[in-house]
Amino acid sequence: MTFSGWLTIILFVVILSALAMPLGTYMAKVYGGERVFLTPLFAWPERFLYKVLRVDPKREQDWKAYAKSLIIFSLAGWLLLYVILRTQDAFFVPHAVNPLAYHSAPWNVTFNTVSSFVTNTNWQYYSGDTTMSYLSQMLGLTVQNFLSAGVGIVVAVALIRGIVGRSGKSLGNFWQDLVRTVLYVLGPISVLGALLLVSQGAIQNFSTYLTAHTLTGVTQSIAMGPVASQEVIKLLGTNGGGFFNVNSAHPFENPTAFTNLVEMMLVLIIPAALVFTYGRMTGNRRQGYAIYATMMVMFLGAVVVAYIAEAHGSPAQHAAGLHTHAISGSGGGNMEGKEQRFGVAGSALFDVVTTVTSCGAVNSALESFTGIGGAVPFANLSASETIFGGVGTGLYSILLYVLLAVFIGGLMVGRTPEWLGKKLEAKEIKLAGLGILITPLAALFATALATASHAGRASISELGKGPQGFSETLYAYLSQSNNNGSAFAGYTGFIQPNAGNVGSHGVTFADVLGGLVMLFARFGPMLFALAVAGALVGKRVTPAGLGTMRTDNTTFVVLLIGVVILVGALTFFPALLLGPVVQGLTGHLY
Amino acid sequence: MRRDIVTSVIGIVVLTVLLGLVYPLVITGVSQVAFPGNANGQKVYVNGKLVGSKIIGQSFKTVVLEKNGKPKEEEKEVVTEADPKYFQSRPSATEGGAYNAAASTFSNRGPNDKATEEADAENIKEYLELNKPYDPGLTTAKIPVDAVSTSGSNLDPEISPANARIQAHRIAAKRQLSVSVVDGLVSKYTDARGLGFSGEPGVNVLELNLALDRLTGGTA
Repeated sequence: MTFSGWLTIILFVVILSALAMPLGTYMAKVYGGERVFLTPLFAWPERFLYKVLRVDPKREQDWKAYAKSLIIFSLAGWLLLYVILRTQDAFFVPHAVNPLAYHSAPWNVTFNTVSSFVTNTNWQYYSGDTTMSYLSQMLGLTVQNFLSAGVGIVVAVALIRGIVGRSGKSLGNFWQDLVRTVLYVLGPISVLGALLLVSQGAIQNFSTYLTAHTLTGVTQSIAMGPVASQEVIKLLGTNGGGFFNVNSAHPFENPTAFTNLVEMMLVLIIPAALVFTYGRMTGNRRQGYAIYATMMVMFLGAVVVAYIAEAHGSPAQHAAGLHTHAISGSGGGNMEGKEQRFGVAGSALFDVVTTVTSCGAVNSALESFTGIGGAVPFANLSASETIFGGVGTGLYSILLYVLLAVFIGGLMVGRTPEWLGKKLEAKEIKLAGLGILITPLAALFATALATASHAGRASISELGKGPQGFSETLYAYLSQSNNNGSAFAGYTGFIQPNAGNVGSHGVTFADVLGGLVMLFARFGPMLFALAVAGALVGKRVTPAGLGTMRTDNTTFVVLLIGVVILVGALTFFPALLLGPVVQGLTGHLY
Repeated sequence: MRRDIVTSVIGIVVLTVLLGLVYPLVITGVSQVAFPGNANGQKVYVNGKLVGSKIIGQSFKTVVLEKNGKPKEEEKEVVTEADPKYFQSRPSATEGGAYNAAASTFSNRGPNDKATEEADAENIKEYLELNKPYDPGLTTAKIPVDAVSTSGSNLDPEISPANARIQAHRIAAKRQLSVSVVDGLVSKYTDARGLGFSGEPGVNVLELNLALDRLTGGTA
């Protein structure tokens, strides 16, 4: 551990909070229909889009209508993406956008990839640099990076409207919320972010791959492409699917320690800002601060554990005789699978940032993290996106937990639970409970199926012996059910025997099971969140009395953390024991 | 229902054009005008010949030739050995030979994996064989971790300053320079931490080796 490592972590948190607050206020204004500084620029395009889309933004939708628009739009996106990916080598696709003449992937891996991008997961069984044409990356993947992020955000906004609604049924208009998200939030930040990344060394071109003749007379082939434009939205939308196979570890995606900071900031900025949006929209900023504190405490806990663990090196390194402590000119630590420019702190922090959110971009090899360092992403995923979480997803997930915590708190003091003046009844608690349970259920059920079946075990890597193999499997389904997309990359579903991807094929079982898990664990909780919003929106508000449990003080923060940890631990502890914990507690090599 | 379908179909097409074509093309256009060097990968040319990218690591090993002049192969892999007059990059396990920048990949070596220990041990042996003759005090315990472990991308362009300073002894001997001159070059091509606090300092291996070639005319 080094001073600069800790300083990186502290300054990151400070800068993040300082940026998230104004962005949260801005977003509250955007969704509230108030005037913001970009209104003069985007008011006309916004009206134009409504006209083209044949949308009447004044038409209010109840939760069912809102959900219906959302599902149909996502389905349309799914179908178009499937067609784009399956025709990337078709005759009508110009050579310039597929310069290496990559074939289309077969149906099984395409099913997985499409489901993955539409659900904001970006799980990647394919390898970007060896199978995807530039056109597929742009027209297909980048577009869903924007849209799946937008869909997540609007659900959170609709849930807030349900919580604060005074009467009636309306949760707003799905199309209006989506268009505003793209125009006022994701679009401008992406443009600025992409140019900032290019200014630091990320690439953005349509060249064919370079051939260099190195100093020692060997040829080196270097991948190219329109990277920066996709990089920024992959992070901002907590999507996580890298342009290249090694994601944000690739120097063309993440060229310097400075861009590493910027990229982590991009991942957390919207999930963090939405908490403040919630505070402002409820008219009580302290509600937002309480949730922010809850998330930040758990986030910092994860960062500290990951950093300390990685700074100590791995059993394999010690067995080989290496000393892994910091010396002059080397930060030391477990540098296996980590880039020199990020170091251990920059890698551990990125690792936590990407696994608490549903981002899943990685800047180091998760599979090479130490047992305890590798257990941190597991723990983060076990929290089911309540620690910041994916864009939108994180907020609506924690709000379901807040509901649960209010209910439990109400039981403890023996009063009818109330939340922001609304009485919580059996219906809301049931809906929230189901919404919370879907993600863990999908993860555990799929892991059990994959571990118990021959077809499932085929995905475990050659190196994945003993507990590592179980860890790989559990992580794969945890990651997909949380719509995260990060991976212990040894776990395979898709094999590319040759560059140019002739003869590539998928492990159909893993492709299909993973795809179904992603779809189920994405749209299930979403529908329950909208249903909760629908149940809450019409409730009358009663003024808070002496017996009302407050949801904006330290006591509640502690209670909420307790509920999140309890649900996560009770659900996942047995499974975690079998994999990462075993590895973390032993110096034994397998 | 029907209304939603119509809007969805128009919406997905319009937004695909906007976000999938207009947005990346605008970013490409602006980047190519404002930052052409970066946007095209910071290519490095020597005498008009492309030798690599400044920010993509490369191998400084040479192919071992058989007596008949053909590349020697063992287990279907071309055998390479470090060129001692160049600073060596970190180990790389990309498919199709080290530092294949057309197929980036993680090496996925587990923390409790025997195979990891074996790979580390082999890298340590190679590192000692290469450097110990010129730096007699070097032991396994003194080797910086980055020197014998693969990076995340397997395309890391940098090594740690500690790694470079060990190798400087060898370079100085091979190129008949004083160690202080080589150390001076190492310092010159060491990138500081981001914003002064973030990440780790690193030495850009390609730039350093090019500077050495310029100094000693490429021959040693």
